[in-house]
Amino acid sequence: MSELAVDREIDRSQMSVSDEVAIEITNMNKWYGAFHVLRDINLTVYRGERIVICGPSGSGKSTLIRCINRLEEHQEGTIIVDGTELSSDLKNIDKIRREVGMVFQHFNLFPHLTIMENCTLAPIWVRKTPRKEAEEVAMHFLEKVKIPEQADKYPGQLSGGQQQRVAIARSLCMKPRIMLFDEPTSALDPEMIKEVLDTMIELAEEGMTMLVVTHEMGFARQVANRVIFMDQGQIVEQNEPEEFFSNPKSDRTRLFLSQILGH
Amino acid sequence: MGGAKSSIGYVRTEMLGEKPPPPTSVGVIGWMRQNLFSDILSTILTLLSLYLVYSVLAGVLPWMLKGIWNASSLNECREIIAESYGEGTEAACWAVIRERFWQLMYGFYPSDMYWRPNLALILLFAALAPVLFDKAPRWMLVFSVAVPFIGPWLLWGGTIWTPVAAFLGFVIGFFVNRYVARATGTLAGLLAGVVAAIVWWLFLAEAFSDALASVLPLAIETVESRKFGGFMLAITLGITGIALSFPLGIVLALGRQSNLVIVKSLCVGFIEFIRGVPLITLLFVASVLLNYFLPKGTEFDIILRVMIMITLFSAAYMAEVIRGGLAALPRGQYEAADALGLTYWQAQRLIIMPQALKISIPSIVSTFIGLFKDTTLVSIIGLADPIGWAKLIQSNAEWNGIVWELYGFIAFVFFIFCYLMSRYSMYLERKLQTGH
Ligand SMILES: Nc1ncnc2c1ncn2[C@@H]1O[C@H](COP(=O)(O)OP(=O)(O)OP(=O)(O)O)[C@@H](O)[C@H]1O
Ligand SMILES: [Mg+2]
Repeated sequence: MSELAVDREIDRSQMSVSDEVAIEITNMNKWYGAFHVLRDINLTVYRGERIVICGPSGSGKSTLIRCINRLEEHQEGTIIVDGTELSSDLKNIDKIRREVGMVFQHFNLFPHLTIMENCTLAPIWVRKTPRKEAEEVAMHFLEKVKIPEQADKYPGQLSGGQQQRVAIARSLCMKPRIMLFDEPTSALDPEMIKEVLDTMIELAEEGMTMLVVTHEMGFARQVANRVIFMDQGQIVEQNEPEEFFSNPKSDRTRLFLSQILGH
Repeated sequence: MGGAKSSIGYVRTEMLGEKPPPPTSVGVIGWMRQNLFSDILSTILTLLSLYLVYSVLAGVLPWMLKGIWNASSLNECREIIAESYGEGTEAACWAVIRERFWQLMYGFYPSDMYWRPNLALILLFAALAPVLFDKAPRWMLVFSVAVPFIGPWLLWGGTIWTPVAAFLGFVIGFFVNRYVARATGTLAGLLAGVVAAIVWWLFLAEAFSDALASVLPLAIETVESRKFGGFMLAITLGITGIALSFPLGIVLALGRQSNLVIVKSLCVGFIEFIRGVPLITLLFVASVLLNYFLPKGTEFDIILRVMIMITLFSAAYMAEVIRGGLAALPRGQYEAADALGLTYWQAQRLIIMPQALKISIPSIVSTFIGLFKDTTLVSIIGLADPIGWAKLIQSNAEWNGIVWELYGFIAFVFFIFCYLMSRYSMYLERKLQTGH
């Protein structure tokens, strides 16, 4: 596991955490059938925060962030995103999904559409942006993730790292205020991990609110302002990265860190 | 590598230029070597197959080419053959095709009105062009919208206001759907739209077209269904079956995946029932039983009944084929569409269906081809499709005893249509290829 994500100084001038609440999760519980997968989750995310969520496989990390944009439904407790409460009301769900972008482990690009079409589809159909404007915005973000020249290709013609950067650009085209990442680099070869992390760091430097499930501890150290450790569907420990890594409080955390950092 | 002893080190000092491949691996000879005579077994197989092809052709070709085109009965044919090629020669009697060509094509459709089905067919191609080929100009979509209404009018005739009324049903359904969907929800809107359109068609459309017809009588001569026959009938049944079963199949496939238990079980029940029943029984139901259930005195056109049965039948198969395509899509596609905020219908239309349909193209086209060929079953319930006509012609005194020529010709025409469909599907697969 790489200790450092990037070898450059990170520009922290805009990485400020405001006291405005972006996501508020209170007493949230979720079951898959009889299996209690998330247990009494309480989490407040402030605007501008960069939170890394880690934990052993099956601890419920994916389920937690997928509840935030209602890819999974929770059964108890409340989730409030940007002031809108997630309920079965479709209007609220649509509203929240417009504000929250998501990047998946397996990219999930649409293989039958070009890169450009992937990026403009949701703005055109969901935000009702005129096509021309949507294409300009898409080009802007494709330049940002450094693959404008691939705009007319299909996802199947790109490398894994390029595909994941397109997936990030596709989310950004919806101008989300919050970005969720579910293990964005774990399906990638080592040499491609860095290019994706670079993109994510740039996003952090611009002040995006980010929730990142990842095992890239270097990224957590450098970019996160808070690290959350989950086990068995519960939040076991959270702290600032410095403190979290050098002085873990719980035994579970220590065990997990020793395994993942390979001592 | 000479010189240096006992050394495994090696550096190339000179880069090699390009050489042409050996002549035995290129050109006609190379190709034959690789594909026909690569070893003893394949050489034997090649020679055997060549012999087989030769003996079939040696038997069939002279029979076909010596065939007689000018005669008015099978006996006359035989006499001419005996005269020109000697007693005992086997030769085809194509004269039956020549003499009965128009009946095989149009049945009893009045010959001074052949232009109507012809025009309908031409319009059909104009309507299909923008759907099948993305190079066709977009304005041709006007045809795609109009032909489903104009086409039947050309075939059956009657007042122009009937297709107009039928079209208005869709317009009404569309606006009701929009209005209700905006006020309540997508599903309610859809139901309201469908109900409104059905109410219009069942109760109001006829009064509307009658009223307009009495004010402005624009009409062409009516041709009754029983005069339809030959390939015209087969093509009419095939095209409507294909055009209607495809969207119905999509709806059924989506319904089968629905979270709504009632919708789901209705769709599953329908699909399983239809697939469990032979088409011919459905056709008998259409021809005989439906009359019991319908109120006395209602005229329910036999061709229309058969069309409905064929459509329902192949829609069930279509639904299963499309479900296969849906099942092949990774869950991530649905999740990405959801996460981007697309609605269910947007996701289906823009993300899911294009991919699911693309995966299922070969099976979809197979189903279409099967449907088209199955239209010949209507001859069993007494409709005069090409097979029905072949039987009629055979029972005629002049042509009693003729078999190969008639069925061969019918098979040939069916083959042309089916082959075109299968070529189109290959073209489409190649065009939609977006992988590496
Ligand atoms: N659709 C589902 N139905 C039933 N159980 C599920 C479902 N999805 C996940 N689970 C279970 O819920 C638990 C949490 O899953 P989740 O995917 O959130 O874990 P994770 O922390 O993301 O693990 P990983 O690091 O392997 O991705 C696991 O035990 C998993 O088996
Ligand atoms: Mg996970």
